[in-house]
Order: sequence, then structure tokens, then C-alpha cells
Amino acid sequence: MDKHVLLIEDEVNIIEALRFLLSREGWTVDTHSDGASAVEKIRNIRPNLVILDYMLPGKNGLDILTELREDPSFLTLPILMLTARGQMRDREQAEKAGVSRFMTKPFSNTEVITAVRDLVQLAK
Amino acid sequence: MTSVNQLIGVSFAYVIFLFAIAFYAERAAALGRRGWLGSPLVYTLSLSIYCTAWTFYGAVGYAARSGMEFVTIYLGPSLVMIGWWWVLRKLVRIGRAQRVTSVADLISARYGKSNLLAIVVTIMAVVGVTPYIALQLQSVTLSLAIFSGPDGTNSFSQPGAAFWIAVGLAIFTVLFGTRNLNTNERHDGIVIAIAVEAGVKLVALIAVGVFVVWGIAGGIGPMMERIDTSPIGEWGVDPNRWVALTALSAAAFLCLPRMFQVLVVENQDERHLQIASWAFPLYLMLMSLFVVPIAVIGLDLMPAGSNPDLFVLTVPLAEGQIGLATLSYLGGFSSATSMVIVATLALATMVSNHIVMPVWLSVHGNGASVSGDVRNVIIFARRTSIMVIIGFGYLYYRLSGGGAALAAIGLISFVGVAQFLPAMLGGIFWRGATRTGALSGLIVGFIIWVYCSLLPSFGPGAILSLEIFENGPWGVSLLRPLALYGIEGMDATVHAMVWSLTLNTFAFIVISLLTFPDPLERLQGAQFVNVFNHSTQTRGWEATLATSEDLMIMSQRILGPTEAQNLFRVEARKQGMHGYLPEPTQAFLQNLERELSASVGAATAHAMISQLVGGASVSVQDLMAVADESAQILEYSNQLETKSDELARTARQLRDANDKLTALSVQKDAFLSQISHELRTPMTSIRSFAEILLDTEGLGKLEKTEYASIIHGETIRLTRLLDDLLDLSVLENGQVNLNVENGRLSKVLEKAILTAQAVAIRQLKVTRRHLDEAITLKTDLDRLNQVFINLITNAQKYCDADEPTLTVEVLLSDEIVSIVFADNGTPIPVSSRAVIFEKFARIEEAESGGAGLGLAICKEIMTRLGGDIRYVPNLSGNAFIVDLPR
Repeated sequence: MDKHVLLIEDEVNIIEALRFLLSREGWTVDTHSDGASAVEKIRNIRPNLVILDYMLPGKNGLDILTELREDPSFLTLPILMLTARGQMRDREQAEKAGVSRFMTKPFSNTEVITAVRDLVQLAK
Repeated sequence: MTSVNQLIGVSFAYVIFLFAIAFYAERAAALGRRGWLGSPLVYTLSLSIYCTAWTFYGAVGYAARSGMEFVTIYLGPSLVMIGWWWVLRKLVRIGRAQRVTSVADLISARYGKSNLLAIVVTIMAVVGVTPYIALQLQSVTLSLAIFSGPDGTNSFSQPGAAFWIAVGLAIFTVLFGTRNLNTNERHDGIVIAIAVEAGVKLVALIAVGVFVVWGIAGGIGPMMERIDTSPIGEWGVDPNRWVALTALSAAAFLCLPRMFQVLVVENQDERHLQIASWAFPLYLMLMSLFVVPIAVIGLDLMPAGSNPDLFVLTVPLAEGQIGLATLSYLGGFSSATSMVIVATLALATMVSNHIVMPVWLSVHGNGASVSGDVRNVIIFARRTSIMVIIGFGYLYYRLSGGGAALAAIGLISFVGVAQFLPAMLGGIFWRGATRTGALSGLIVGFIIWVYCSLLPSFGPGAILSLEIFENGPWGVSLLRPLALYGIEGMDATVHAMVWSLTLNTFAFIVISLLTFPDPLERLQGAQFVNVFNHSTQTRGWEATLATSEDLMIMSQRILGPTEAQNLFRVEARKQGMHGYLPEPTQAFLQNLERELSASVGAATAHAMISQLVGGASVSVQDLMAVADESAQILEYSNQLETKSDELARTARQLRDANDKLTALSVQKDAFLSQISHELRTPMTSIRSFAEILLDTEGLGKLEKTEYASIIHGETIRLTRLLDDLLDLSVLENGQVNLNVENGRLSKVLEKAILTAQAVAIRQLKVTRRHLDEAITLKTDLDRLNQVFINLITNAQKYCDADEPTLTVEVLLSDEIVSIVFADNGTPIPVSSRAVIFEKFARIEEAESGGAGLGLAICKEIMTRLGGDIRYVPNLSGNAFIVDLPR
């Protein structure tokens, strides 16, 4: 399986940190920072993993997730959602919408890497 | 000896004379020359219809039979006139204020204009007064019989004569009382005729008296001696009977329909009562002056067994004084006719107003839609009633056998009408009296009177069998008509009076206490009891549905076209209108109701107007006037209304507050999410890079430096965020202390530009106009500086022009200094403009690293400084304008 991840995040420094961590794990990292065009981007590059921020300009992470899961071809795409909002309801809604894993910022690096490894394992 | 035919001729001549006087008086009244007609003397003399043939003939008979007791008959009214003038004044005031037409009308009006009550009173009055009319028939018949000779029964049939006398009296009354179509209850002609008759009565009796004392007895001295030796002086005085009879005649004086007619209805001026209060007792005294001498001489002269009731006639006749006897006859005739005319008229008014008219109205429906002249109906009803009432009198005369003593018949009548007294007096003095109470009292009293007084007067076997007299009905001796509850030995009159009035009063009071008056009743009650407080106010109409046309049509039928049109035209003129159709205002309707009630009685007038006006509901204002308690209820309900308004307001406020809280809660959630996001985002970078630095071996120096500087930058960002939050919180809570000082605007601007440019990420060209900046401000210069730095920094961050330029311009007006910061970047999207001064409002797609609190803080600061900050898009970019008071 290709290790191609799309990182949808608008915070430069977080992109920097995740790119470092994921590259070290052998992932090809693509980034995208606009919510409105995120689904389009995914359709185009067909990543094996999506790491999705909640608060994005244009469209929020939950809407992107919902839209993706409505497309049968993305039903099993592993999606790791990150949020800095800290609202319990966000987690519930994301899980209902079919998120693969939901993590609250600030995360520990080990946590993220473990989650990514799990998701890849599950997808096999 | 004068023949009966001659006497009849004299009677006719006398009647024609009275007609002439009446006609003349009415003409004078119609022409407005009422002067002498309206004198208190006429009023006083008109009261003399109290003295009927009973008083004229019967008093002497009474004295001959029972001694001085006849005085009670004069004592009662005298006491009322002297001692109870204030009761009379109240009655007269009420009668005038309410346009009362009869005693039935008074009682009906008092108890909520109840027609049922009017009917009951009318029936009772007719039944009660019938014996009295019979009495007049009897006395005229007897007096005629006397002239026909000692054994006149041969050529003179008493029942036949009585019949023709009745017919004559009926025609006489119809002609007198309903001669013209004026149905108004004032009868100027009749009043003056009565006054003349009063004079004739008095003169006749005094003439006979003078003849007896000086002509027969030979002076006062010898007369006194004869009185002393006569059996009259030996009659014992029964105190119970005296008190009872005095009270009874006093009550009858107030309650007799004919007395009410002259006392109240015909009263033209309340002040006449003052004169009458001493003049009428004087008249009564003169009338009684020679009663005892005539009785004494009569008993001496006349053969034993002759009727003492007729001594006034028989004594002069026996002495051959034909002229005096004829005068005496005319006196008696006057007494009888005046009583019959007034009493029958009063009764006929009641019957037509309270029985015939309501029936006719209900048969013909709406008062305005009937065709024809209602006045004709009224006149016809009156005339028929007069005939029927006199017919009843004749019937009673025949049934009672025509033999009973005159005084006894009079007393039966007195007890009958006295039954009105509790309802009448209670009605004008006691607000708690109710219709049901009055009705109960009247009916109870009436039944007892009929059973104990009226029916027994026909004698055993006539209506009540001897068996009932002796053993009571069904053998229950407790119910014997002359000895109720076995109380025996009482005089029949006193017995009937005590029982009927006691139980009447008892029923009236108890039932009144147990029942509640309806609003109209309560209103009328208040009007009657407090007549001196508001004498002209009657209850109001809710004038909405009635049209003037309908009212006009109805009024014409009752008052006659001329009078109705006059009434309407005057009212229209009063309202400033031409023609005959005024607005049906409340005042006009009240006035109209009073006018109509003068013709058809209060209850009927009320019913007629309410048919036209629609719901005769009592308005809120009326109820206010009714009584304190209803005013209190109203006030209470007002309070309740206020309270419920208050509650509604409070509920609304609570709802608003709840909405606000809900909105605030949503805002709070959004705010917390924002704070959380703003705090967690830099912390994420810091933690992640810190872990990378810790865990990753073999990181290059360059990378280590880069990651460390990211951590450093993010901590600064966090610190700034916390500073901003604290600053905003302090500003929002109003806890900020402003340090107000004087300073030049140019200085503040320079300092701000320097500070901002020192940490600039991008270069920004700032152009200024130094001249305008040379103005001194008095404000918190540090806070103003903070605003300026914010605006300049924002321009540095967000201005996307190739050569970013910020133009600072100062605009001065009288009261405001405006500092404009205009850049040449892309204008802020329209959708975002509304929220740029909100917390955490960052323009999308903007990469700045700011938390979005800057403008919110600026807004707060400017508000604190008494100024404002506004966003204005301009053609070449964005402009923020800072306003400050000068």
C-alpha cells in the first residue's frame, strides 16, 4: 500500500511538525489549507490517509468528512481528525459522520504516529 | 221637601260648575298662567281628598258609635304631615327625579323597574281601594235616599240608585280624567276642581256645625254641657286601638293611591310641602271641629235606630233647614266625587301602565314598529280601567249588602293599602331591600289581609262559610280568620292590621337579607336612598343602537306629535343641530325615558327604550355610582388587571432574559471554542516541536534552531493572546482606569507609527498631513496610542497592495476629531464587514497569526474614551475612522 497522506491544515507550524513526523515514517506528505476545496483535492490526488483539521477557512472539517463519506469510494478511507476546539459534541458528531480516529490538540507525537499506524493496519 | 230629582239637578249643575273651573284652569295652565294654580294653598286643599264621604258622613257616625276614636283618622295624617315631612319630601323628590306616576310605579322603579312588582301592587291597590269606592257609592246613595223621605224605600230603590250613581261617576271620571289626549300625569284641572270641592266640604260641614251649636244647642256653653251628658263622653279609650288606628291612618295616608297621586305626582313644587305640613293638619282640625257636637245633637234629636252616619244630613232636615241640608248634601257629594275621580284615575293609570300596556307591547312587539297612535291605546286602556274599577266598587257594594258602617269599610281599605308601606319605606331608606323581599312581603301581607279582613267583611256565608269563622278552615282553629293562632278578643281591624303588617314586614326584611339585588335594582336602590345626593341622575343608557328616527316614531305615539317634535327639536338645538333628529346621547335618552315614564310609567318606558336601544345593560360607570361595594369590586378588578399586566410584563421580561441568556450561552460556547482553539493551536506546535527536539536524535543544528524559534514564536503568540484577552475583559467590565491627560495628536501618531514600524513584518508607507495633527486632545493618550498601533499593524498585516500605503488624515468638525486610516489594499469582503469588530473575527484567508481580538479591543477602548471606531470601504481600499470628542 502506498503511503500517501493528505494533510488538511491551515496552521503553518503544525503542518511543519506533522510533515516532519510523517516523512520520518515513510509517508509522502501533501498539504492543503483551504476547507472549501478540500474534497476536490482528495478526489484528485486519492490519498491513502487524510489528516483533517476541524477549523478551516471556507468549510469546516465535519462538513468535509460528511461529504466524503457520502461518496462510496471514500467509505473506507482512513480519516484522522484533529481539533483544537475542545468540545465534546464535536467528537460525537464526527464519530456519527464516520471519522476513523478523533484527536484533540495539543497531541503527543507518539499518539499521532501510533494512530496513523493503527489506521493503516485496519485498512489492510 | 226637596225631591230627589231636584237634588240630581243640583248635582248636575255642581258638576258642570266643576267642569268649568277645571277647563278654565287647564286653559290657564296651557297658556302658562299657572301663578295661582301653583300656589301651596291649592296643593294643601288638594290633599283634602283624604277626607272622603267617609270623613264627611262617617266621622259623625264613628263618634256616635265609638266616641272620640274617630280622631285617630285625623291624627295619623296630621302626624305624618308634621312629624314625617322629611319622609314626604324624600318621596316627592324621588317622584320628581324618577317621573313616578303612581305608587305601583314607585315601588316597581325602586326594585329595578320590575313590572311583576308593579302588577302585584296594582292588583293589591285595586282590590284594596274597591271597598273604599263602594263606600262612596253607598254614602251618595244613602244621602239621596234620605231626601226621598223617611220611608223612601217605597219610591226609591237603593241598589238601582247605586248603579246609576256608579255609571254617573264613571262617566264623570272618564270625562274629567281622560277628557283630552294629554296622558301626562299632571292634571291641573282636576287639582283645582278638588281644591274647590275641598272648600265646599269644609264650608258645608262647618255650616252644619255652626247651625247645630248656635242654632240648636244655643251656644258653646250649653253645647259643652250637652256633650258632657251625652253617652259619647262615656266611651272608654282603648289605647291599643288608638295607637293602632293612628298608625294605620298614617300608613294609609302615605300608601293610598289617590293620596300618592296628589302628594307626589301632582306636586309642582317641593316647597309646597312646607306650607302643607301645617296647613293640612289645620284643615283636618277644622273638619273634625264639629264632629262631636253634630253627633251629640244627632243622638239627642234623632229617633233611636236612625243611621248616625247621616246625622250631617238628617239633623238639618229634621230642623227644616232644606238649604243647609242641600249644602250638606253637596259637601258629601264633593267628598265622594273627588275621592272617586282621583282614586279611580290613579288606579286606572296603574292598570293601564303596568298591566294593559306591557301586555299590549308584548303582543305588538317592538315599541317603534307598531302602527297607530299608542296614545289612543293608553286613553282607551284608562277609560276601560276606570269603568272596570268603578264596576268593582259597585259589585262590592252589592255583595257586602250595603249595610256595613262606613268607617268599618274605610278601615278595611286602609289595612289593604297599608301593605305597601314596608316595601315603600324600606325602598327609600334601606339599600339592602330587594325585589324578591318586597314581593314576598307584599304577597304575604295581601293574603293575610284578604283572609282576615276583606273576605270576613262580606259577613259569614257570603264567601267564607260560618263554619270557617267558628272553627277555621278544615277545622284548624288556629287559622280562624278573625283569631289567627288562637289570639282572640282582638278587634277585627287591629287583628288584621297587626298580623298582616307584621308578617309583611318580617317577610320583606328576611327575604331581602337572603337575596341579592341585580345591578339595575342596586342602582335604583342607591338612587332612591340617596336621592338628595344626586337628585336628577337616573341610570344611563348605552346609546349605540337606537336611531333617532325610531325614537321619534315611538315618542310621537306616546307623547303625541307636537310634544314629541318639540322635545326632539329642543334637544337637537341644544346639540347645535337643525331639524328634529338629535344624536341619541345618553343624556337625551335619560331625558326621553323620564318623559315617557310620565305617560306610561317607569317600567314600561324603560322596556320601550331598551327595546330600541338594545341591551339595557348597566355600564361600568353606572355600577361605580351604584355602591361602594361595586366600586371596590371594580377597583379590585382594576388592581387585578394591573397585576396581570405586570405579570405579563414580567413574563415577557423573563422570556427576553431567557432568550438573552440562551443567546449568551451560545455566544459563550462559541467564545470558549474560540479561546480553546486560539490557545491549543500554538500549544500544539510547541508540544510537537518540543517532543521532536527531545526525541529525535541527529537533528541538524539548523533544524534545531528553526524548531526552537517556532516554539519561541508560538509562546510569544500565546502571551499576546492572553494579554489581549485580559485587556478586553478589563475593558468590557468597565474596570479600566483611564489616565486622561493633554497631548498633541501629532505626538501620539508619531509614537504609534514608530512602535508599529519597529516590529513590522512588511514595509508600509505611511503618509500624513502634519498641519491638521497640530491639535491638542484631552484623553487617555496611551489607550489612543494602542488603537493607532493596532490599526497600523493591521494595515501592515493585511494590506495586499504592491506598494502598501497608509494615509493618515485628520478631519475636524465642531464637536468631533476624526482620524482616518486609509490603506490601498483589497477591501474587506462585504460579508465580513459586519463582524470585524467582534471578538475572534478574523478575515478569512488571511494569514496573520493574530487572534482576532485587536479590533474588538479598539472598539472597547474608543467606547470608553467617549468616541467610536468605524470601518468605511473606499474606492482604493479600506479606511478605519477613529472619532474622538473634542
